[in-house]
Amino acid sequence: MTIPQKLRDLAISETGFLFDPYTGSTFSANEPGLTVLEGLREGLSVADIAARLREAFDVPAAADVERDVGEFVHLLRRSGLVPEEFTA
Amino acid sequence: MTAAPLTIAVTGLNATDNPGPGVGVIRALRAHPDFRGRIVGLAYDSLDPGIYARDLVDDVFLMPYPSQGLAAFSARLAEVHTRVPFDVVIPTLDAEIPTFIDLEPQLRKLGIGSFLPSQELFDLRSKAHLAHLGEIANINTPATRVIADPNDLRQLEGKLEYPFWIKGAYYGAIEVHDVHEAVSAYHRMVAKWGVPVIAQAGVDGDEIDVVAVGDGQGGMVGAVPMRKRLLTDKGKGWAGIAIRDPEIEELSRRYFKATKWRGPCEIEMMRSRSGELHLLEINPRFPAWCYLSAGAGMNLPWAVAQLAAGRDVAPMHDYEVGKMFVRISLDQIVPLSDFESIASTGELHHSTTGDAS
Repeated sequence: MTIPQKLRDLAISETGFLFDPYTGSTFSANEPGLTVLEGLREGLSVADIAARLREAFDVPAAADVERDVGEFVHLLRRSGLVPEEFTA
Repeated sequence: MTAAPLTIAVTGLNATDNPGPGVGVIRALRAHPDFRGRIVGLAYDSLDPGIYARDLVDDVFLMPYPSQGLAAFSARLAEVHTRVPFDVVIPTLDAEIPTFIDLEPQLRKLGIGSFLPSQELFDLRSKAHLAHLGEIANINTPATRVIADPNDLRQLEGKLEYPFWIKGAYYGAIEVHDVHEAVSAYHRMVAKWGVPVIAQAGVDGDEIDVVAVGDGQGGMVGAVPMRKRLLTDKGKGWAGIAIRDPEIEELSRRYFKATKWRGPCEIEMMRSRSGELHLLEINPRFPAWCYLSAGAGMNLPWAVAQLAAGRDVAPMHDYEVGKMFVRISLDQIVPLSDFESIASTGELHHSTTGDAS
């Protein structure tokens, strides 16, 4: 997977504060969100990121974590932080 | 070896809710670690707030409006120069720039430096010539029509889609949704700024403003792009953040290369929803928010003062992305004697120390 430049350049603080240096937009992400972002920046697949989330957080067994990761990526697309064609 | 201190005259002290750039320019000059000179404020109204900022201006003089004629303006500048000799002048208001361009040779004879475009360039960047400017610099511009008669607005049906913008020759923009609003906006703009008036298609997207300086030979001395984060009801930026986008920098460089612009300017552009950059206008002077350039580590007003003094300035590339400005309104407490001095004698001296060279 090619990691988009905008995702590489996104400034991410430990508090979950995100700054897009291209547009000046700011966002906030919770801990699971940060985990997803870190995974995407490492080039992990959705399945790998979901596994990492299951490991790090108390996730109910029935939860569809892959779908949640997909929705987060969709949110990143809508916010212009990854290109429209980007898929993890 | 450090350079000799400069006495720098700056205009545009009208730091109101629609602020002139003078106070921002002066704050940037004073913020530079090498600044050891004196600041002379040139004001047009005795209640311009910057007049009373004693920590910013050492001396202030009231000036006649440029509309009162070149002779009156020139005579007053010469008089100010005899009272407090200054090395450099940085004009900051659109309407006075042509006067300072006209006076440049005369000022040079007095030993006063400035760093301004030619009159030809000044005209080229006017809103009326935006499309031509876009062509020569290969930059997208919104569809623009120059309107000299309100009846022209009725001919725009099918050529310019509503809503579009009616813009004044110097300042001001009103969004209009039908021909009645357009005609009303036309008359308001003519009453305030005269003809022509510009009708400009709207571009839906995010506005980006760049404070930049051209070296007059096609190069860019430096540029800091900013995205507004908070607007006043007049649409003026009340907070903003420094950004970095290679496409914006490239567009700015293209502008300077194509025009050989000399001096400071503000490049206003819009990034459309589809991601394209459109040039909206070029303001021929520093914007009011130019202190952000100093705060972000690229002090462009200082660079212009050096260039106006005939000193070399190397192109600047680095600034701190994410640095913000957040404006504040403060009440200055002013002794009556200060107001009396400026209102009755046309001058005010806060400081008798410093090197008036």
